[in-house]
Amino acid sequence: MSRLTHRFEDLRQQGRTALIPFITAGDPHPSFTVPALHALVKAGANIIEVGVPFSDPMADGPVIQRASERSLAHKMSLRKTLELVKQFRTEDNETPIVLMGYLNPIEAMGYAAFCAQAAASGVDGVLTVDMPPEEASEFLELLKAQEMDPIFLLAPNSTEARIQKMGAMGRGYLYYVALKGVTGAGHLDLAEVEKKLKEIRQWTSLPLAVGFGVKNAETAAALGHLAEGVVVGSALVSLIEASKEHPADALLGITDLMSSMRHALDAAPGSSF
Amino acid sequence: MTLTIEFNTTEPYNFPDERGHFGPYGGVFVAETLMEPIDELGIAYERYMKDPEFLKELDRDLQHYVGRPSPIYHAERMSRHFGGAQIFLKREDLNHTGAHKVNNTIGQALLAQRMGKTRIIAETGAGQHGVATATVAARLGLECVVYMGEVDVARQAQNVLRMRLLGATVVPVASGSKTLKDALNEAMRDWVTHVDDTFYIIGTVAGPHPYPAMVRDFQSVIGRESREQMMTQTGRLPNALIACVGGGSNAIGLFHPFIGDADVAMIGVEAAGDGIETGRHSAPLSAGRPGVLHGNRTYLMEDDDGEIIETHSISAGLDYPGVGPEHAWLKDIGRAQYVAITDTEAMEGFHTLTRMEGIIPALESSHAIAYAMKLAPTLDQDQQILINLSGRGDKDINTIAAREGITL
Repeated sequence: MSRLTHRFEDLRQQGRTALIPFITAGDPHPSFTVPALHALVKAGANIIEVGVPFSDPMADGPVIQRASERSLAHKMSLRKTLELVKQFRTEDNETPIVLMGYLNPIEAMGYAAFCAQAAASGVDGVLTVDMPPEEASEFLELLKAQEMDPIFLLAPNSTEARIQKMGAMGRGYLYYVALKGVTGAGHLDLAEVEKKLKEIRQWTSLPLAVGFGVKNAETAAALGHLAEGVVVGSALVSLIEASKEHPADALLGITDLMSSMRHALDAAPGSSF
Repeated sequence: MTLTIEFNTTEPYNFPDERGHFGPYGGVFVAETLMEPIDELGIAYERYMKDPEFLKELDRDLQHYVGRPSPIYHAERMSRHFGGAQIFLKREDLNHTGAHKVNNTIGQALLAQRMGKTRIIAETGAGQHGVATATVAARLGLECVVYMGEVDVARQAQNVLRMRLLGATVVPVASGSKTLKDALNEAMRDWVTHVDDTFYIIGTVAGPHPYPAMVRDFQSVIGRESREQMMTQTGRLPNALIACVGGGSNAIGLFHPFIGDADVAMIGVEAAGDGIETGRHSAPLSAGRPGVLHGNRTYLMEDDDGEIIETHSISAGLDYPGVGPEHAWLKDIGRAQYVAITDTEAMEGFHTLTRMEGIIPALESSHAIAYAMKLAPTLDQDQQILINLSGRGDKDINTIAAREGITL
């Protein structure tokens, strides 16, 4: 059983929702990332999505675009992101780490080299935003050979056929994009999310994590009723940006938000799926 | 110089496959939210490209609104000057809005209308595609938003004004390198946010399938006319086709109808900027490597870590780090060859055509002219070169004045 599957199974038995923060590796500085990952875990994170900076983040809103730019300004890269994960793993062998990013840096490294190095660094799952399953067969084989989970996105307009395909090809969890748009955008409609998650559950028993537009503890708690996991990205990255010159403050900011979300999720009555 | 065709032209050429692949290139590499609108577009495109009513309307617009067919002109004085092959120009610069771009925007806008979309978005670099999109949107009464990098907004102020006069909203893009690739990113973000009512008119043969095939099909009118006109005017096909390549839509438009012609060489001319060896250029086919960007796999300008690097060309329309996936494939199979021309050489091409034939070419097209000036003297006088004169140069007057120290 993979570290991700194991984690969701434990949480299910405890009746708790996975809290899944996202931060971009190397933002605002490479030295910030490992302490931030540990702080997020202490504040209640169960799984962490680590963003790999990319020059052309097409699916991201301005907040995460700027995080990529800050990170790249310090010469961050996919290789250096893996080094940071490896460093994190020296003190935390429990918390699953999912890399989230775009395909081109992985293509440049080569699928086989990437999969070997990511596994050796302690990566558990890989979410490649611009690689739909239709284009992924070679990559998926290599990921599986290294016992890493491919994480796929589902969206409000995903058809039944696509839900079935992701259900069959995904591992670990499925990431439901709660709104049509880029990361950090708009306002999500809980009733719509609930309806779509029900539809998705007809076709898969994988845990579902919901993200895009989760800005505060209240929204997180409301989603906790509906899904096995809640992903928080832009809200955290905004806090990092606001204190980018003062890493200690940034660390406090993200710890506070994480704690408030953890508290709200745990205080909410158990979900019913 | 020799005209080489390594590809066996008796082999059938049926690309892309149904998922948009040209060999290893092309495909659909987008986030999940775009999969449904892209499928919807693919279905509509298949349907209407076989619909006689749609094709009739397209033809009518190309004739009466764009002014097609565009002529082929024998540049006799220039041919004599170089003393080699006869040089012919396909005059896409004479189209309405001054470039080949409108062939595609007319087609896509009619498709948008058939699909019930009320809002058009586009990216633009030099502003030619933005103007061509704003033009057809005005004519069809569609809302139009054009994304343009801040750097390009500053260097193409006249086209920004043209788009605004035509009723479009021009949104300056401040992310990344603030040029064409960032405008494309921003247009994709808009599309993913407004998928229900919005049609994204991509200006070149890049992006996720079906765009590279669709834009090629709309631009292929250039090559189809050229075949007929060369036969009528000269009694035979040209020995070589030359076209500039940024994303590569004017080049594919000219090349595609000639792919099966064993004796017609095809030469795409990329922008070498300050010189390939300086690293300051926009020539992914000449000096890049395959990767994935903007929804397709193709040759890219990237660093060792797979981050896209900034490009340079005197011509904003060629200033793009990728290239259409079909060009990547034509290069690999040896059907087309790709060369590069520097800023300085392009300027020589610009001045030569202007002074010898009284035609002011776009800086993009000047790259093709500059290469023809190298090739023509190496060929015999009874050989023929056809250059795609993809746009007129009025838009570049400020750039040229600045480069040559002229105050307007």
